[in-house]
Formats: sequence, C-alpha cells, structure tokens
Amino acid sequence: MTDVSLSKEAIEKPRNQWWDVWDQFKTHKGAVFGLGFLIFITLFVSIGPLLWDVDPGKLNIRNKDVRPIYMGLFDSGAKVNWANPMGTDNLGRDIMANIMQGGRISLAVGWTAMILAVFLGTLIGVLAGYFRRLDGLLMRFTDLVLALPLLPLLLVMMLLFRDPLRAAFGPENGIFILIVTGIGITSWMQTARIVRGDVMALKEREFVLAARSIGTPARRMITRHLLPNVLSPIMVSATLGLATAIITESALSFLGLGFPSDFPTWGKILFDSVDRMTAFPERVIWPGLAISLTVLAVNYIGDGLRDALDPRIRGH
Amino acid sequence: MFDEAPKPLVSVRDLKMHFPIYAGLFRRRVGEVKAVDGVSFDVMEGETLGLVGESGCGKSTCGRAVLRLYDITSGEISIDGREIGAMPQGQLRPMRPTMQMVFQDPQASLNPRMTVEAIIKEPLDEHTDLSEADKRTKVAELMDAVGLNRKFAKRYPHAFSGGQRQRIGIARALALNPKFIVCDEPIAALDVSIQAQVVNLLEDLQEQFGLTYLFISHDLSMVRHIATRVAVMYLGKVVELAPREGLYAEPLHPYTKALLSAVPEPDPSLAATTERIILQGEVPSPSNPPDGCNFCTRCPSVMDICRRVEPDYREVQPGRFTACHLYNDTAEATAGLEAHKSTNKEKIK
Repeated sequence: MTDVSLSKEAIEKPRNQWWDVWDQFKTHKGAVFGLGFLIFITLFVSIGPLLWDVDPGKLNIRNKDVRPIYMGLFDSGAKVNWANPMGTDNLGRDIMANIMQGGRISLAVGWTAMILAVFLGTLIGVLAGYFRRLDGLLMRFTDLVLALPLLPLLLVMMLLFRDPLRAAFGPENGIFILIVTGIGITSWMQTARIVRGDVMALKEREFVLAARSIGTPARRMITRHLLPNVLSPIMVSATLGLATAIITESALSFLGLGFPSDFPTWGKILFDSVDRMTAFPERVIWPGLAISLTVLAVNYIGDGLRDALDPRIRGH
Repeated sequence: MFDEAPKPLVSVRDLKMHFPIYAGLFRRRVGEVKAVDGVSFDVMEGETLGLVGESGCGKSTCGRAVLRLYDITSGEISIDGREIGAMPQGQLRPMRPTMQMVFQDPQASLNPRMTVEAIIKEPLDEHTDLSEADKRTKVAELMDAVGLNRKFAKRYPHAFSGGQRQRIGIARALALNPKFIVCDEPIAALDVSIQAQVVNLLEDLQEQFGLTYLFISHDLSMVRHIATRVAVMYLGKVVELAPREGLYAEPLHPYTKALLSAVPEPDPSLAATTERIILQGEVPSPSNPPDGCNFCTRCPSVMDICRRVEPDYREVQPGRFTACHLYNDTAEATAGLEAHKSTNKEKIK
C-alpha cells in the first residue's frame, strides 16, 4: 500500500481536539470576558472571606448606615469609612462581607440546582424522545408538573420537609438540600421539552439509521449520536437555568422560606434592602449587580461554548 | 440454464413491509401503506443486483427491510444461510458485520459531530476488540482503500465534498469486511462526474473484497453499467427480474418497457426514431392498491383479467421472472424462446 514512513506519520496522534475548542472559544470576546468575570466572582466569594475576615453577621449599631466609600467624592458630609468600603446596612453589618458570604450560597445554589434541573430535563427529554412507548407517559408527567403553580408548591415543600431535613443534615445543609432539590425538580420541564423535540427530529436522520445498521445499542446511540447533537439547546437552557435558580432562591428567601434570616444570600440582601432603596440605593445595586453580571457572564460563556463545540462553526 | 448455478447469498421470500396509518380522534389504525408487498428475489454471491423503479415504489424500504432496519410485517430473509426475517433486533447484532449499507444522502448519513476517524471507527468499536492503535491503522487502511487522504482523519464531515463524504460512508460500510452491502441510491445526491467515480470505486471494491451488492437506483443507465441482474419494482412489488442484457434488450413487462423507453437517447438521429411509451395517470396510492395487477390502471396492454386476478410472479424464461398476464401462455413455450434468447445473447456478446 503506502510506505512505512507515511503510515507512521498518519498514525501519530494529532493534537487534542480540546485545543481546537479552546481556540474557537477565544475568538468569542463576550465569552472570554464572561469567563474572566466568572473566575473573578468565584475567587471573590471563595477566597475573599479569607482576606476580608469581617464577620458578615456581626452587628454594630453605632456604625450603621455607612455609605459606600465613593460617596465621599460627591458628598463631603456622607458617613464613610475605609473599614466598610461598600458601606454597612441598617444594623451595621458590613455589606462587602455579606456579599461574599451571600455569593457563596447563591452560586452554590444556582449551580447545583441548574445542574440538577438540566440533568433531569435531559434525561426525561432523551428517554421520551428516543423510546416511543415512554413518550406519552413522560410528556404527560411533564405537562402535569408544568401545570402546577410552582411557588405554592415550593412553599408547601418547604413547610413539609424543612424540619426533618434540618434534623438530619443540620440547619444550613438541610435547607440547602431542600432549596436545591426544590428548584431543581420544578425547573427541568422546559429542557425536557426542547430536548425531546430535538431527539425526535434527530432520531429520523440517516446517521442514526446508519448506526442502527452497524448494530449500535440504544445507550451508545444516545451518548454517541444524540447527546452531542442536542448540546446546543441544553447549553442554552443551562445558562438560563442558572439565572432562574439564583432568582428563585431570592424569591424564596424573600418570602421567608429560604435560608434563615441571619444567613445572607444575594437574593436576600437585595430584598431586605428594597424598602429603603431610595435612601440607600447601593444596598440594592451591589447584590443586583452581582446577580446580573454572573448571569450575563454565564450566558456569554454558554454562547461561546456552544459555538466552540460545534465543529461546523469551529472550522471557520 | 445459462447460469453456472451460483449459490444465493441473500434470498428474500414474500417480503412484506406495511406501515400502519393512524388517524382520527383516538389514533385508530385506519389502514396501512403497503410500501413493500410480497417481494421475492435472490442475490447470488459476488453479483450486483440492481433494484430500479420510480420514486416511492418501495425500493429504499425494501433495501432497509432486507437488512432488518425495520421490523418486517412478514416474509423470509436469509443472509449467508441464516434466517433473519423474524429474529429480534437483539439477536441480530452479531449478524450485522455481514451486512452493511451505503446511504443515499452522504450529508445526512454522517454524524456532524464526529470526526471522519470516529465515523469509520464506530463499527470497529461495536464489533471488534482491537486496540486503539490497531483501530487507527485499520481506519487509515480503509481510507486508502476508498481513496481518501489519511491526513483528513481528524476532520469533520462538513469539510468534505459530496463525493468525499460518500467515500467516508463506503469506508464505514467496509470496516467490518461485510459480504453483502445494500447501496441505497449511493449516487443520487452526487454530481454526474462524481457519480462515475463512486460507481467505479464500488466496482473496484467488489473485485478487491468479493462483495455482493444490492444496488438501489432510479438511474437506469448507471444500473446497466454496474448490475449483473436487474429487478424492476412498481408499487411495492417486483414486476420483472432478469439478467441485465436480456432486460435492456428485450423487456417483458409493460412497465419495464415504459421505464426503459424513458431513458434519454444520446444519439439525436436515433432519438427521433425511438418511440416513447407515455404512461397515463398517476401511480395509485400504496395504501389502496387496485384489485388485480398493481399496474392495471396505467398499463397500455391491459386485459380484463388484469383487473381481477393478481398475476403470479414466476419464471417465464430461464432466469427471467415477471409478474404479468401477458405471459400466461408463454410459460409452456419457453423452449422456443430459449433458443431465440441464446442467439440474442450471443449477439450481445
């Protein structure tokens, strides 16, 4: 056939595919900024409390209502000090420490609930789309969950399971598990529907038929042919899911059914400050900014990843 | 007999593939599309059986049903001495390496998210336990065999032209050293110049690996080029099956005559003299075929019996099968025709 040197050269393993993905990802400016911000905010909430070791729960009534440091520029009479660069709230708790501590919880809840929801949604969507006999059952179940009013459902869940979970896992972990599962199992339906539709369309494509003519069993058909091709809609619903999870957690905390009141999260800080928003806008702006920038960053990363993982786009 | 009686590799008997139609409020079964309705043929070892017919006559369904990509309604299919017609899909898996398929649309039949190497490697992953390095060597050999540059192994299908993609599909079909390949209109989606390349490639591979093809096409001139025997389908049934020379020189069934007369004649002086048989009307719906012969609604030489009795599919001359009442009385007169045919064959040779 061919000479040995040529075959050796061809057999030599070429560079890893993931480098191509990274190269394409780098060309998406928004995604790179998003990744940068996500790394920054993750470090800010994880390493931040080690450097800024102020107890977020410590009350200091004499030092209450301190404005953020930049207010000194416009208003020489403003109450500012360097010990509380982002200011303090009406009980004198340091806002920066609270944002860090709250970010830990919010990000953890957001990511875990999103991963749970996407996993559930993909699983149910793929099963319903691929196995025709499961389709009716699973999709009617999806419709059923969609038709339930979610907030009351979550509230009932909180009331029913809060105490047993607290007893089993401790007050913080218990409520964390409760909130994550609560959000996860009430937000997978959109993903399931999108994935089901895409799988049903893909299933009729000829390459799936070709795989069947090879004798590929169903599980590898799904992992090798279907999942990589429904990656884009999954990615989109994942990025949207993260945002929804953070915001739902805020809503729950606001209703007093999330984490305990001395336990800050971004959503809780935001809602606690709403009533004095006109006098102290920064108390809304800091957590609001953190939530929206994180969500925006994840959306951009998702966008960039979707492009980078698609070989048709990557080629150019 | 003129055939040296080779043994059939694939033999199909009374294959039926009906697709149910559900309609109405309660999705009740209201009928069925008889895509393939009682087809019988043999494919001899090492030969190419051409399967021709107009769009929607059930050629592709027939090809897929033979490979059991569908669960067939009824019938017998035996490949390489094993009956697979009623075998459940799970037991079929070890048989898959023997029979492979080349698909019509090279764009759609390759997973856009897999590299060429991964695509060609998939059958090896499923059916062999070679090491990664061995698989890669095998893929490189296959790419050589179908005329693709080995350096393209890490590229994705979208980066290739139609002809190259079809070569990838052929390499995938060859990966497990199959005996029997169903080529489902492998050239229909390609340029004419590329068609010739792919057909020549298929012929070379047949010689090299001793393959047997079921070549499905609507391109009569291409089938004439590649096939040893040709089967003509109309509305889910084989109406005529004959050796290539006989079929093209002297078609028996009125439908085959009409089909062949539609092939364009390149010589203008001949084209002016050849008479075309123009069929009237539409193909009946496969969910509601006519009584009697399926072709009776459009047949130029229709008789009364055609509308009542379905013609048997039988051997009217040695090696030539047809399902037509016109040849009801010729079965006995075969001896005379045989002599006529042997002279005919010599002329062609």
